[in-house]
Amino acid sequence: MKISVTVNGTLYEREVEPRTLLVYFLREALGLTGTHVGCDTSSCGVCVVVLDGDRAVKSCTMFAAMADGHDITTVEGLVQGGKLHPLQQAFWDCHGLQCGYCTPGMLMTSYALLKHQPNPDEPAIREALAGNLCRCTGYQNIVKAVQQAAAETNAPAPEPVAT
Amino acid sequence: MSTTAEPTPDKYSLGQSMKRKEDPRFIRGAGNFLDDIVLPGMLWLSIVHSPYPHARLVKIDKTAALAVPGVVAVLTGEDLAAHNLAWIPTFHGYDKQMILAVGKVLFQYQEVAGVIATSREIAQDAAELVDVEYEPLDPVVNPFQSREDKIILRDDRENKTNHIYHWEVGKRDATDAAIAASDVSIKERVVFQRCHPAPLEPCGIVADMDAATGRLTLYLTSQAPHAHRTVVSLVTGIPEDKIHVISPDLGGGFGNKVPVYPGYVVAAAASVVIGVPVKWIETRTENLTTTGFARDYHMDVEIGATKDGKVTALKVTTVADHGAFDAAADPTKYPAGLFGIVTGSYDFANAFTELDAYFTNKAPGGVAYRCSFRVTEASFAIERGMEILARKLNMDPAELRLKNFVKKEQFPYPSPLGFVYDSGDYHLTLRKALDMIGYDELRKEQAEKRKRGELMGIGISTFTEAVGAGPSKHFDIMGIKMFDSAEIRVHPTGSAILRAGTKSQGQGHETTWAQIAADELGLDPQNIMVEEGDTDTAPYGLGTYASRSTPVAGGAIAMAARKIREKARKIAAHLLEASVDDIEWENHAFHAKGLPGKAITMQEIAFAAYTNPAPDSEPGLEATFYYDPPNLTFPYGAYIAVVDVDPETGFVKVRRFLAIDDCGTVINPMIVEGQIHGGLTEGFAIAFMQEIAFDESGNNLNTNFTEYLVPTSLETPHWETSSTCTPSPHHPIGAKGVGESPNVGSPAAFVNAVMDALAPLGVTHIDMPLTREKVWRACREASTA
Repeated sequence: MKISVTVNGTLYEREVEPRTLLVYFLREALGLTGTHVGCDTSSCGVCVVVLDGDRAVKSCTMFAAMADGHDITTVEGLVQGGKLHPLQQAFWDCHGLQCGYCTPGMLMTSYALLKHQPNPDEPAIREALAGNLCRCTGYQNIVKAVQQAAAETNAPAPEPVAT
Repeated sequence: MSTTAEPTPDKYSLGQSMKRKEDPRFIRGAGNFLDDIVLPGMLWLSIVHSPYPHARLVKIDKTAALAVPGVVAVLTGEDLAAHNLAWIPTFHGYDKQMILAVGKVLFQYQEVAGVIATSREIAQDAAELVDVEYEPLDPVVNPFQSREDKIILRDDRENKTNHIYHWEVGKRDATDAAIAASDVSIKERVVFQRCHPAPLEPCGIVADMDAATGRLTLYLTSQAPHAHRTVVSLVTGIPEDKIHVISPDLGGGFGNKVPVYPGYVVAAAASVVIGVPVKWIETRTENLTTTGFARDYHMDVEIGATKDGKVTALKVTTVADHGAFDAAADPTKYPAGLFGIVTGSYDFANAFTELDAYFTNKAPGGVAYRCSFRVTEASFAIERGMEILARKLNMDPAELRLKNFVKKEQFPYPSPLGFVYDSGDYHLTLRKALDMIGYDELRKEQAEKRKRGELMGIGISTFTEAVGAGPSKHFDIMGIKMFDSAEIRVHPTGSAILRAGTKSQGQGHETTWAQIAADELGLDPQNIMVEEGDTDTAPYGLGTYASRSTPVAGGAIAMAARKIREKARKIAAHLLEASVDDIEWENHAFHAKGLPGKAITMQEIAFAAYTNPAPDSEPGLEATFYYDPPNLTFPYGAYIAVVDVDPETGFVKVRRFLAIDDCGTVINPMIVEGQIHGGLTEGFAIAFMQEIAFDESGNNLNTNFTEYLVPTSLETPHWETSSTCTPSPHHPIGAKGVGESPNVGSPAAFVNAVMDALAPLGVTHIDMPLTREKVWRACREASTA
């Protein structure tokens, strides 16, 4: 079947099998290998991408066909005008990554979080990241990085929105 | 004369929290992991697994699978046997393991057939159509049942027994006598459960046989690419120059990516036979059920002591479950790894430990999961034992430890089980931890809470690790000595490339290796490119596991840099028109004695080495060093956990956790802290969540991330860290290694804290993982007893 998907601002029209998962469409049809695969049960979150600008979704749990007519942002879409996104910069500054395998998913989940809660406190960040596993960092520096990015992006910060 | 930026060595010398050089690609999603590799014409492998833990293979019917359009081949054990590849030697060479089952299957999920097809999906679909007929046999699901030898699992072996080996070290009779004569003694069975490293990136391979060049390129999730190249050559007979192993970016390893797995062999064999690239990537279920489990030690800990708390003897007797094949990843001469570190941080007059290993109908393995060859099991045994002894003595566990520690002036300390500890100040480190956490105040709070019936616990663990295997007189894998290597080439303009035999999986070698070389050479670490993982370019090394990279390869880097510095000294003498003997290295530059203020940098020397070499000297500026360490290193730490337990729900709240680590010289404090956060999180996971368990029929109960629970950001506690620094006297820069310490030391701290909380209920020990159900049951049984 034919689908039209906007990925990182570019419109793609492609033939896909109905059963093709969004993650394999991104990785194999479009060559966007920053989005990873780490489990078979929607548990690990290394495949998270952002749907329609502000929704973190696990791309292993969506068919490519479900993205027809939608807008997808992947980790490759975070750099704007050659400049790192504040989240990318903060993950680097705060040692928020080690092996780097969970990092794209962490960045995209955090990106969606900051769209909804521009100034989240630590419990809110930990809650938002609960669907993203990391085996290296113990999460502490990831939380710190999200806080740094929020502080940089949102001054003056509005009141946090309750979840 | 130079074209690169001025060096900034002071800013980047050892001990600086330099940001990581590898991060820019990872934060852009531009890492290059195994599954990102796609080659033209590439086929996919999917593996068929046994549903039975123990069964005779009656018949494999490939017909339906072969009929699926896009299926190129279906391989079975018999097909591999034709190429002498049905079995391969295990890690240390003492046993062999099946690649694809022949005759019978020995564990649930064992690899039975491989389907090669033109896409991932076709291969997976067709794998479901391979029709395998089994005749189920009674399984052996634990080592105590195995020990009875009523069912012999390995009829392929000459000795018809499930017993694999016996190992012992120390003085048995003296230890038994000392325990018998002691005022107070304890004996407790502590089980370190079977668990799995579960890196987020599973294992995989792209095998590419190039018929035109006759070379086999293996892109492999490998923590030890050179060792894997040698193993492939030895097993297949392909000359080693025709094998090229490339280990790309690794999404974690933790010991899981050390062994050779059947999927690798099937993919490589298929590529050789078919002549096109073949890819195999594990599913998470394949990862958890078939590759490299860890631990599974059942340890009886006995300690004797005087009534005032001086330990007189330690005995630990272990039954080890090795699964279907003896594929434990340990150095050849150390079948139980470095378990002899079981006397820990203490000076005991008598010690003895013995171990018997058995086959069971479970996956093979026994990898060093963020661990230096069984030191995690050993540390858990002694630190639990000391806690249980303290309670029996009615003595504060900190005081008991302080009373029995090896003293600072005893180093180098020969332990009763054969190690020579390099350096340490255990009293200082524990006292710092007690002060920082406010130990006395916490004990007061606990006493008040106990009066109110509230369960609060404080757990201590003061572990010592033995890492950095190792000295070649002791350590080898299949005969290959466990040295490591580094090659540094300084370019004319003062930048450099550094290659090592190690392979980072997240540890940050691209940064820390550059920092070591930069500090030795006075070059800017930003302009020292680090490359690992390509056997065509890197010097031979044994790889990254067992906290050996900094102790071994880190030494090689410093020594290679010092070779370069010696050559540079001659060039400096030539440029400064001074005698070589008058040239001094200070503040990261050369100076001539008696010529104050006149200095020459390594960058200037590099340029001269190519444009104006000293007379009678070889042009260029590079060196290679193979470093064979004189001893292991012995990092240590003092960890304290504070928990509150809710007896109504079994919920354990880790209120505080403080880790004081002493890993000798610190190269990059930011990275060390990150390693400790990660290791503590894995220790927490093992203490409370992670287990690969089996039911009585041999079914694996933890086959994916909804059943094998790893901690998320929600349950992971906040970590407090600090350090002391006792450099290793024998390591070129005094570093000891740190990546595994927190995973080795922390499980006992968590369990000790929970048992301390449950002490008023009379609970002495619960085996990990301390799930809510187990804690709740213990509380309930105690209250109804």
